Amino acid sequence: MPQQIPADSVGIVTPQVAKFDEPLELRSGKTLQSYELVYETYGELNADKSNAVLICHALSGHHHAAGYHSMDEKKPGWWDACIGPGKAIDTNRFFVLCLNNLGGCHGSTGPTSINPETGKPWGGDFPMVRVRDWVESQARLADYLGIAKFAAVIGGSLGGMQALRWSIQYPERLNYCAVIASAPKLSAQNIAFNEVARNAIMKDPEFHDGQYLEKNAIPKTGLMTARMLAHLTYLSDDAMGEKFGRDLKTDEIQYEYSPEFQVESYLHYQGEKFSTSFDANTYLLMTKALDYFDPAQYYDNDLAKCLSNAQCKFFVVSFTTDWRFSPERSEEIVDALVEADKDVTYACIESEKGHDAFLIPIPRYVKLFTAYMNRVAKELNL
Amino acid sequence: MSNELRSDLNIIQDWVSPESQVLDLGCGQGDLLNYLQSKKQCKGYGLEIHSDSIVACVEKGINVIEHDLNNGLSHFKDGSVDTVVMTQALQAVRRPDLLLDEMLRVGKEAIITFPNFGYWRTRLYLLSKGKMPMSKTLPYNWYDTPNIHMCTFRDFEKLCREKGLKVVDRTVVDSNHQEHLSITLWPNLLGEIAIYRVTK
Repeated sequence: MPQQIPADSVGIVTPQVAKFDEPLELRSGKTLQSYELVYETYGELNADKSNAVLICHALSGHHHAAGYHSMDEKKPGWWDACIGPGKAIDTNRFFVLCLNNLGGCHGSTGPTSINPETGKPWGGDFPMVRVRDWVESQARLADYLGIAKFAAVIGGSLGGMQALRWSIQYPERLNYCAVIASAPKLSAQNIAFNEVARNAIMKDPEFHDGQYLEKNAIPKTGLMTARMLAHLTYLSDDAMGEKFGRDLKTDEIQYEYSPEFQVESYLHYQGEKFSTSFDANTYLLMTKALDYFDPAQYYDNDLAKCLSNAQCKFFVVSFTTDWRFSPERSEEIVDALVEADKDVTYACIESEKGHDAFLIPIPRYVKLFTAYMNRVAKELNL
Repeated sequence: MSNELRSDLNIIQDWVSPESQVLDLGCGQGDLLNYLQSKKQCKGYGLEIHSDSIVACVEKGINVIEHDLNNGLSHFKDGSVDTVVMTQALQAVRRPDLLLDEMLRVGKEAIITFPNFGYWRTRLYLLSKGKMPMSKTLPYNWYDTPNIHMCTFRDFEKLCREKGLKVVDRTVVDSNHQEHLSITLWPNLLGEIAIYRVTK
């Protein structure tokens, strides 16, 4: 809980809801007849609506990217390090929009919402959503807010994939695209990790084919295992070593199978926390969206060809110890952009924090990000 | 933006055609690219490894890509740019000969500048003191110098000949990037820095 709101915070923020009655045809062939998107905004939209920045969230993210919901909230939004007055995404200049993606579990229509056809929660029947469907729904939210063209679309990890998808799907609707700690598609190893996570959830006896809410159950153990696995892919070997080493919870080993090492306790804590705050079906859906993302597959697997219609300028960032989406994965995007003759700036930031580094205010990263956003503001006369 | 370019960059910009595609290896703060973009409507990318230089390029609106030149130019396809420029970096890479190949794989021509180890003061320094030469252009100790492959103009031209490359233009200057008649007469002895334009 903040004693007082820091000067560089966007302050107390209130989520808003936009309702859409126009059916949304999904890539899977299914249609959502109506849906709601919950979102937050920070800063002021200028008169010609040219200063809007869309923030796309990652796997477990949501619309609460910055500021506090109340003075009782323990931590600010998930990207508060980079969004606020005077921060990299400066709310004195930009109007920042962040939404909870369709299929999410933080207020937008998703598996925990009521299916109007049955009167029961959608659960496992909620249609699978792909990154392009998110972009489509985000574009409709932009229409709803009167934003014809974003100054920038920005995202890290799965959010970076949405930003990249924006440049392909709506090339005329963004000026700049920031793709941070991301990849043009998942590797076999990435998909394998996701499958282990899904298997843990779906084999939990409380999963009930995804209809656990109807049974007043949650597949807590499965979701916890899924999160523990995913969490360790977000950290680097060095970061874990530095944080926990081989430290024990007690003075000496106890010859027990319950957590004895600090790193085990930490993972259990993270898994436990996540399993009580996140929906298992949303987790399944998000991991599938990740697995399916591969925009180049519709362009002869040629990413440069796929990006050839993009009109925006690109900012690509990777982190040295990120092994989930390694620097080489970002460089695949950079190479394709260079081949497609696009404007691109790329940096690989030294960090021991692994994939999670994109959320952390590493000085070099913040400096570079700030410089790039200053460039965006300058070139757009904001 | 200042209209004044460092004098060696001024010689280089004169050799770059308007509206051409330029790749600047070790682009530093992006001054050359900035000039070429704004004055000659060139388009290009700069490769750089130093974080502060990268930020300076971003501030100027230069397309800068963080890259170690020792890894070649894998970001770029064959013949994808008109001119590849490299100022004062040839002597600092692990394999200058391979990088030269890379430059002419990617570009139609290469513009290269490097310090001349055959400069008379350098020769005299080694002869009289018996120590590795240090000067304004070569300010480092032998053990901490980034300049690991020093060569003379004659060495460089020999390498070009061996590779079958054509030296299209050559300007030899002193450390203030000025030309003199005497330098033109005895470049390998009196010139400190050379600017070469090379093609296949």
